[in-house]
Amino acid sequence: MIWRVEVQYKKKIIDPEGAGILKGIHDLGIRDVCAVRMAQVYLFEGELAEADVARICDVLLCDPVIQEYRFGSLADAKFRQSAGRGIHGVEIAYNPGVMDPWEESTSKGIRDLGIKGLSSVKTGKLFLIAGEVSEKQLTTIAEKLLFNKIIQHRVRIEDLERTLNAHKEIGYQFKKITAEILGKTPDELTALSKQWQLSLSRDEMVVIQQHFAAQGRNPTDCELETIAQTWSEHCMHKTMRGTIDFTDTTKKSRKPQRIVNLLKSTIMAATEELNKPWCVSVFRDNAGIVRFDSAQHICFKVETHNHPSALDPYGGAGTGIGGVIRDILGVGLGAKPILNTDVFCFGPPDTPAAALPAGTLHPKRIMKGVVAGVRDYGNRMGIPTANGAVIFDTRYIGNPLVFCGTVGIMPKSASFGKASAGEYVVVIGGRTGRDGIHGATFSSLELSHESETVSNGAVQIGNAITEKKVLDVLLQARDKGYFSAVTDCGAGGLSSAVGEMGAAAGVRVDLEKVPLKYRGLSYTEIWISEAQERMVLAVPPKKLKALLELLARENVDAAVIGRFTETKRLQLFMQGECVGDIDMHFLHKGVPAVVRRAVWKPPRIRPVRRKEPAALTKALCAVLGDLNVCSKEGIIRQYDHEVQGMSVLKPLAGARNDGPQDAAVLRPRPDSARGIAVACGINSRFGEIDPYWMAAAVIEEALRQIVCVGGLLSRTAILDNFSWGNTARPECLGELVRACFGCYDAAVAFDVPFISGKDSLNNEYAAGGRTISIPPTLLISALSVVENVEAVVSADAKRAGNLIYVAGKTYDEMGGSAYFVVQGWRDPALPRVRFAQSRKTLEQVSAAVRAGVVSSCHDCSEGGLAVALAEMAFAGDLGMEVDARKIPQQLSGPARRDDVLLFSESNSRFVLEVAPEKCTELRRWLRGVPHACIGRVAGQDFVVSGMDQKPVVRADIQTLRQAWQQPLRW
Amino acid sequence: MSGTVQVLIIRTAGTNCDRETQSAFELAGARVAVRHVNELTGARRVFDDVQIIALPGGFTYGDDIAAGKILANELRMRLQEPLRRFLERNGLIIGICNGFQALVKMGMLPGNADWTQEVTLAGNDSGLFEARWVYLRRFPGARCVWTRGIENLLYLPVAHGEGKFIARNPQCIQRLAGAGQLVLRYCTRAGEVTGYPGNPNGSQEHVAGICDETGRVFGLMPHPERFVLTTQHPHWTRLNGRRPADGLAVFQAGVQYVRQS
Repeated sequence: MIWRVEVQYKKKIIDPEGAGILKGIHDLGIRDVCAVRMAQVYLFEGELAEADVARICDVLLCDPVIQEYRFGSLADAKFRQSAGRGIHGVEIAYNPGVMDPWEESTSKGIRDLGIKGLSSVKTGKLFLIAGEVSEKQLTTIAEKLLFNKIIQHRVRIEDLERTLNAHKEIGYQFKKITAEILGKTPDELTALSKQWQLSLSRDEMVVIQQHFAAQGRNPTDCELETIAQTWSEHCMHKTMRGTIDFTDTTKKSRKPQRIVNLLKSTIMAATEELNKPWCVSVFRDNAGIVRFDSAQHICFKVETHNHPSALDPYGGAGTGIGGVIRDILGVGLGAKPILNTDVFCFGPPDTPAAALPAGTLHPKRIMKGVVAGVRDYGNRMGIPTANGAVIFDTRYIGNPLVFCGTVGIMPKSASFGKASAGEYVVVIGGRTGRDGIHGATFSSLELSHESETVSNGAVQIGNAITEKKVLDVLLQARDKGYFSAVTDCGAGGLSSAVGEMGAAAGVRVDLEKVPLKYRGLSYTEIWISEAQERMVLAVPPKKLKALLELLARENVDAAVIGRFTETKRLQLFMQGECVGDIDMHFLHKGVPAVVRRAVWKPPRIRPVRRKEPAALTKALCAVLGDLNVCSKEGIIRQYDHEVQGMSVLKPLAGARNDGPQDAAVLRPRPDSARGIAVACGINSRFGEIDPYWMAAAVIEEALRQIVCVGGLLSRTAILDNFSWGNTARPECLGELVRACFGCYDAAVAFDVPFISGKDSLNNEYAAGGRTISIPPTLLISALSVVENVEAVVSADAKRAGNLIYVAGKTYDEMGGSAYFVVQGWRDPALPRVRFAQSRKTLEQVSAAVRAGVVSSCHDCSEGGLAVALAEMAFAGDLGMEVDARKIPQQLSGPARRDDVLLFSESNSRFVLEVAPEKCTELRRWLRGVPHACIGRVAGQDFVVSGMDQKPVVRADIQTLRQAWQQPLRW
Repeated sequence: MSGTVQVLIIRTAGTNCDRETQSAFELAGARVAVRHVNELTGARRVFDDVQIIALPGGFTYGDDIAAGKILANELRMRLQEPLRRFLERNGLIIGICNGFQALVKMGMLPGNADWTQEVTLAGNDSGLFEARWVYLRRFPGARCVWTRGIENLLYLPVAHGEGKFIARNPQCIQRLAGAGQLVLRYCTRAGEVTGYPGNPNGSQEHVAGICDETGRVFGLMPHPERFVLTTQHPHWTRLNGRRPADGLAVFQAGVQYVRQS
């Protein structure tokens, strides 16, 4: 029997979710809806008496102060949707096979009540929409606001029972399947790859065919899928690690330069040359590890989760953060996550609906969904989200970017793990379902308007609490020495995780032992499912019992699914029959090398620069309100950035807690003043002009932020995350090569090693015969050590009467600047980095900050000096008087303009506030670095006098704060 | 009573603030044990050597159904007897954020003979999770032992999506006010009543924390454990040498009360 329960707010109580949806409906232009309320729906299946259901409602489901409920048998025709007259009911539920996160917790609550006989729980949401709306409008509302068809559907009550039974009917009868590839032509092989969504190239299929021909047999479906997962761009980074013939059209010689392994010869080469003793583990594990203090190490990983977030923003972003947290749990023998970062690239939120390409979600919906996904997952995990950035460009509409990072801390002894023969393969955490099939291969394709249909299974649903339980027990098990290696199940699922752990020795897995969410999965689905919240451990036989007891005590599912061997083979069994037997060497090293062509051809940008406006106040307000510059407070306040109680410098600080800060600072241990600083740099406006200088600029930006707060430059490590278009186009690959060259040169020049990185290629969106590629986008994340958190410096101006200094020179480098974007002007000359001078500037400013000489220090980046100064002023609730003539600069001829001085985004510049009595000391620290006193903190107005000594900017700080805060306040 | 004050922090799936709550109590001079709820249910005399029980912040069981609800149900169904005995022995309880939500939903706060739920913490008026700092003022006549001696305003962070205090009816609020069970209210920097965002969730009467009739069971939405070191203050870099740590006073008051009784 199935019982249906509806719980909703009493009439007098505000329904915040309903109110939010009403606003969304009005935003859609549907004005005739006057109210929306939401009822939570539960369906209970099993042998429950009416009195049991009443008790469940009274005690567990309904809050008697604000809610009321009704329930009845689903079979009872009178008990249908509770919509009244003039009220339209739209009910949403998860698709069959999609995990319902409330199922487990609600069942637990019912068990705690002592009620038995329940066999399943399903939940849904019933939206009660009051007003004059047509069925067509209801469909629009439902599709745009209430559900995502990838994971949910609109319920028709009469179909409910059938839907509920849908996946129960799917039985699974074991049958071994082989892929008939022997004797096929290369064309046929290519067709097969496409048909099975393997994303394997023609050459790769041919190599696989030869490998199996030598053994005289066809591969099983499972073997072919395993190879496809392992060789996917997502897992193997074939482009970055492949061979490239690179032509630079700006050079005299057109002879291509051969690059063998781009990653190794640039980014990793820099790390190798710098050879820092404090780098513990780089580019080999799930995250980079560096030394923190004498007993602890810190680790950092940043991932992209772009394609899933385009299709299901909420779930995609949530599983993005969930995945990178598992990277930290799975590095060495596991680290404790202490900070999350997130960086997003979206289409402009004010894009008209008519301008969207077919098949895309509106940027505002994507943005809200992504933020909510990171919020709900990160907050539930109890990890502070304390650093990030958001940038906008129309080319991110079809292909938004979601970067999620996590920092962890671990005892030194936990830095490395190794699985040995004889140890058990134990999978813990979430159960395996049909979610996320083909995620790794899917992410290696371009998105198109068909993606949402072909990639249905590629979206995963997360459940943070399952992962939090895993986190809690994993760290206990680590400290007790219960396992000798660990890794997470990410892209490729068990196939990647177990395949990697057993790569050196060999492993045997019995697939029927993997705990499932429901019956009906084939052995291949079990093996490649990307169901979330799973970790794989290598457990010595002696420790198994103790480990399983610990897991049981904290209600974490676990199963022994196999054993590590010495065969150097990956062997898979289903009910005793061998369904896979692959040579580990072929699996991990057998992918054929390809030579790709790359060409660098700078874009032709015709300079457009008009007469300077007479006054720049309006321009300053416009630049402060540029979406890339403006306040992200609406997002930041949704993240718990203080959980764990370690925060020292929060993302927003200053007199009113609303001023921007340069880097997040944490104090991992309450009994020590040693801390960490985390920062990031990203700028795709530079990327489209020249990826080389973009790379140099964003690296320097991240380092400047570390310098501002008092982090040690000499103990800073950086991470790279490339999100690029389709690198099969030589021009696109040329841009990537150029960016990697920039990374190498900057890392070496600043003496700062890369410790981890990730690339996401094929970020393009195809619709209506057109392909839109994202601009070249490089995110640099920086992690540093702060010796004494009590000496940290924030960016807000502190006291009237203090002097304002600028360190670093301003050049005429307006290309890609926020000011030029606002004005609609263009220039190919983007900010460069003069490496030797830059390093000197960073080091000396850093020394001054750490010596306690300055009262505040702020990085000068997007929006130039004008924005940096204004931000310091309104963050401190103080005015400023600035004399532009004193700004150190190298402008000549027609470039000698106030707007260039104030808005150029030249690198290597800082704004410093200093008490008058400390000026001499500051100047001593800055010897050899171009610097000058350009003004002072005073009053409540922000006034800049220009080169002709007349004020070019004059505004009260409240006006500037308002201009900065307004754009994304919704 | 001897000098040692023993605190028991109860954690379960989704408890997030156990470590920092432990640090706060340790700074206040107490000894702390953190135990999973599964270790307590079924065990005998679980609270016998404990003077203070703390339910920390987090998202227990994902806050599915409603924040703190499943933990409330579990404690009520599986630990009611030991908890009642603990209260009879004059034990202290503090519930912070999710812990407060659980205490309210299990009916222990404001508390009556059969633990019937009388008040709730509903979704914030903004419809969003809110992480921000708020000023708090003690209600005149509040009888809570956890705020004894705290005369100045408190400045603490909140971080929750469901913190809007609502009582079953106006009489209930009046009764609680009369009995000194309303403890903390959101206010401005000057101590005046305030709307959003000073009152981050739209609570009735701006209530941020309440206690039971004895004053020993206390629940609050703000996080005192997140402000026990000056560097946790959101703009400590502009405090000119002052070294506040407002949240510590709450833990000290609780520990002090046990020492003196």
